[in-house]
Amino acid sequence: MRVIHYRDIVSKVADMCQSANYDLGEDVIEAFQNAKQTEKSDTGKMIINQLLDNAALATKNRVPMCQDTGVAVFIVELGQDCHIVDGSLIDAINEGVAQGYQTGFLRSSIINHPLTRQKTEMYNAPAVVHIEIVPGDQLVLHMSAKGGGAENMSTLKMLKPSDGLEGVKQFILETVKVAGPNACPPLVVGIGIGGNFERCAYLAKKSLFRPIGVRSQLSDIAQLEEELIKEINRLGIGPQGMGGSTTALDVKIEIEPCHIAALPVAVNLNCHASRHKEAVL
Amino acid sequence: MPIHITAPLTAEIIENLKAGDAVLLSGTIYTARDAAHKRMYEACLAGKALPFDITNQVIYYVGPTPAKDNQVIGSAGPTTSERMDKYTPTLLDLGLKGMIGKGYRSDEVKSSIKNNRAIYFAAIGGSAALIAQCIKRVEVVAYEDLGTEAIRKLEVENMPLIVINDATGQDYYELGVAAFREAEEIN
Repeated sequence: MRVIHYRDIVSKVADMCQSANYDLGEDVIEAFQNAKQTEKSDTGKMIINQLLDNAALATKNRVPMCQDTGVAVFIVELGQDCHIVDGSLIDAINEGVAQGYQTGFLRSSIINHPLTRQKTEMYNAPAVVHIEIVPGDQLVLHMSAKGGGAENMSTLKMLKPSDGLEGVKQFILETVKVAGPNACPPLVVGIGIGGNFERCAYLAKKSLFRPIGVRSQLSDIAQLEEELIKEINRLGIGPQGMGGSTTALDVKIEIEPCHIAALPVAVNLNCHASRHKEAVL
Repeated sequence: MPIHITAPLTAEIIENLKAGDAVLLSGTIYTARDAAHKRMYEACLAGKALPFDITNQVIYYVGPTPAKDNQVIGSAGPTTSERMDKYTPTLLDLGLKGMIGKGYRSDEVKSSIKNNRAIYFAAIGGSAALIAQCIKRVEVVAYEDLGTEAIRKLEVENMPLIVINDATGQDYYELGVAAFREAEEIN
């Protein structure tokens, strides 16, 4: 049994929140660099250049790249031989988020009640935390600062098995089309297929944690990801929805077994500020 | 080359802009997003005065991050405009002339923009650190309790924008994508 202290989780989480918001990942920067070469629209090129300049400025000045510093979403791989002491894992994550966001001059965007819109007492907390229990004695934290604009344009539909692959593709393309400029393209499109109603949404979210350019390990799914990248980029929506060949920087798909009557599909859109960090304790 | 314009806007400035134009905006603008719009709208319905005279003004849909000690304002990029659509025609009828945000407007807002000879600009979503550098002065003028959603008066210099919906009813989101699809022969 390995002991992990509450305070170590708090400080790690606080660092991740700040770094995620100040330092755009290498994978996104590289995707922008590639898009700069391939984008066919002049306006689109100009926008990608502006986003690269913005990312460099944010890193240099230690300021958030986007004013929407997001909901802090965590996927936690908790080794079953870990023993967390001095407090609970969830409290530690929430305290780390509040601390990181507040001392890092990030925005608090969380309200406590969706209907009364009452403010939360903790700064930008609670976080959204998904825990997966895994073998071993490590605690792995995957953090995402997920913006509201792209989240608002995300969709889930319980398709019929007879809708098949074509139905799945159509639903995904329709989601990207309807989102247009609202979701801040170029996008990372996260897709869950299978599971049930809530697992499907989780799979879509989880897929977004995979770095840009890394394909699914399942060869048929990897091929579907590549097909969808091409088809989405043929929509012509382009950077910021003003026309162009770069609508998606990447497409990610995660699948799971499902009921014989079901074909759930969820599409979780991520804006170009695809902010993810990982830490191992 | 981008067109230099100043705010508050005049009829002449608006009539000379068309969908797709790149502009650099300088002058005075006001921030307001969801919560401030709701309050302004409710004030209108109750027959009360708005917290500032919106005649010929430009509203920027933004909720900035907190400013660090050496900053005028934190990061300050546009938020999605459609959440303000419910309230926008009322404000346009009262004299608001310009809006800055990102994303589609409803048909109702688009026709109100046309009827009121107003204009809607997009700023580049997610370029919030860069945009903040165009903001030279900030003053909270109303609804301070709303925090990031309070109404702020901003002095801006050369803020880069693109005209989306012009006063003649054109929409650059439609035109830009259609032109690209035509050029690339996408059916």
